[in-house]
Amino acid sequence: MSLNTPSRLEKVLKQGNLAVTSECGPPRGSDPEAVTSKGALIKDHVDAVNITDNQTSMTRMSSLAACIHLKQMGIEPVLQMVTRDRNRIALQSDILGAASFDIHNMLCLSGDHQSFGDCAQGQNVHDLDSMQLIQTVRLMRDEGKFLGGDDIKRPPKMFVGAAANPFADPFEIRVPRLAKKVACGVEFIQTQCIYNLDKFELWMEGVRERGLEDKVFIMAGMTPMKSAGMAKFMKNRVPGMDVPDEIIDRLSGVPKDKQAQEGIDICVEAIERLRECKGVAGFHIMAIEWEEKVPEIVERSGLYPRPQV
Amino acid sequence: MIIADKKPIQEIIDQVSNYERILVLGCNECVTVCEAGGKKEVEILASVLRMHFLKEGQERKIDERTLERQCDHEYLEEIRDVIDQYDAVLSLACGVGVQFTAEKYLTTPVLPGVNTCFLGANEQRGMWTERCQACGECVLGKTAGICPISRCAKRVMNGPCGGSTNGKCEINSEVDCAWQLIIDRLKALGRMEDYEIVAPIKDWSTERAGGPRKVVREDVQV
Ligand code: SF4
Ligand code: SF4
Repeated sequence: MSLNTPSRLEKVLKQGNLAVTSECGPPRGSDPEAVTSKGALIKDHVDAVNITDNQTSMTRMSSLAACIHLKQMGIEPVLQMVTRDRNRIALQSDILGAASFDIHNMLCLSGDHQSFGDCAQGQNVHDLDSMQLIQTVRLMRDEGKFLGGDDIKRPPKMFVGAAANPFADPFEIRVPRLAKKVACGVEFIQTQCIYNLDKFELWMEGVRERGLEDKVFIMAGMTPMKSAGMAKFMKNRVPGMDVPDEIIDRLSGVPKDKQAQEGIDICVEAIERLRECKGVAGFHIMAIEWEEKVPEIVERSGLYPRPQV
Repeated sequence: MIIADKKPIQEIIDQVSNYERILVLGCNECVTVCEAGGKKEVEILASVLRMHFLKEGQERKIDERTLERQCDHEYLEEIRDVIDQYDAVLSLACGVGVQFTAEKYLTTPVLPGVNTCFLGANEQRGMWTERCQACGECVLGKTAGICPISRCAKRVMNGPCGGSTNGKCEINSEVDCAWQLIIDRLKALGRMEDYEIVAPIKDWSTERAGGPRKVVREDVQV
């Protein structure tokens, strides 16, 4: 097993374990407690924790600062970086900043359009796109070079991830698009939340046909539904989300105060099914503002304890 | 062509309210075609202004004129002999025309009478849509003839992003996803294998980012 970085997530995956990551959204304020308390809830049940980067374009504490808070409490962060808000100077600079705190994972994203957030009248940058950001960080790490060509002293040691949405349109380019990210140098993928398991498995079939699962670790994205209302909202209002009616029906079929538990059950069952899907290398459990449920999901899915690496 | 849209009438009134003698100056090119600043619009706007001031009990001199182009020295010269008769020019040309007029007539206030919007095409009567952001280094040959810079809300060069749904962009279900269009056309051209060519990081220095741009063509200079 050859490791490219000191990342613990990389080690867990390369040793052949099903990896588990989760996600924290930084607060809309400067209280570090808001990050560290979430981190403390999931610390022992995951291998690494993503910190989102101004998700849905709502202005929040910076992803890098929140990652540093987690790092200082012994949690391995995954720095999410969107290309919406920073040009190539700022992106490279923040990658170095993260590396200076020995943050060893990052996730390259384009980010939601700013019209979804609190600064709809702001500019967007999109100097690079997510694929080009993958190439950039690989160049910085592997060649020790800036985009401008100069040498980097102590290059960043980042394990490089990206997102994939098997459910966005058009479906037929979803596998070629992953192949493109692999060609750019991505090493792990965290997918969009999966509710339509059949369609996800179909996508994975296409992934295996091209042997991509041997070139990139694919972590299946899981988000437990809190209620039938949330499921309907995700289905109708969140772009690129595929929520089959049977999920909504199943949640609607139980009394309101039991829907959250039903949502957790659905999530655990999905993990149990997908861990058998060849090419799934782990799970990315995004329990939005519901981090306290991550340990239960991990334990019930048989993913606990986490390997010591 | 350059697409412009009307400004709210109140904004125009506020802009010209301090001037007694006003020349409403149209342009016979793009803004005529997009029905925002040609002869017809000059006529309508001038009479709306006259009526407005009459109702206020004021009589103002509001004249009309439409030039062949306001982005050309030659045509702008045509108003040199009358410019001193006005306290202000209300130009219904695009932002280029407004500025060129202002540069030429240094001591006359020149005010914009339209909002200049984008480089686009007439999709149907009364509807214009954007097609180009003049990035200075056209990539259409690599994107099946559809521009990801002007037509993708995130100008992703390797799209589509994860928000593309039923052929529409994540920002609005009425806006086509540029990358869906690119893929549809790659298919129609039988060139789907091109989809996997990674578009390199773009040099934006030929775009707005590089500062004001200039094209110099020695072969056509006199
Ligand atoms: S690639 Fe550039 S020049 Fe070509 S259509 Fe798009 S913005 Fe215009
Ligand atoms: S949905 Fe399509 S057009 Fe809209 S931002 Fe994404 S790739 Fe661009």
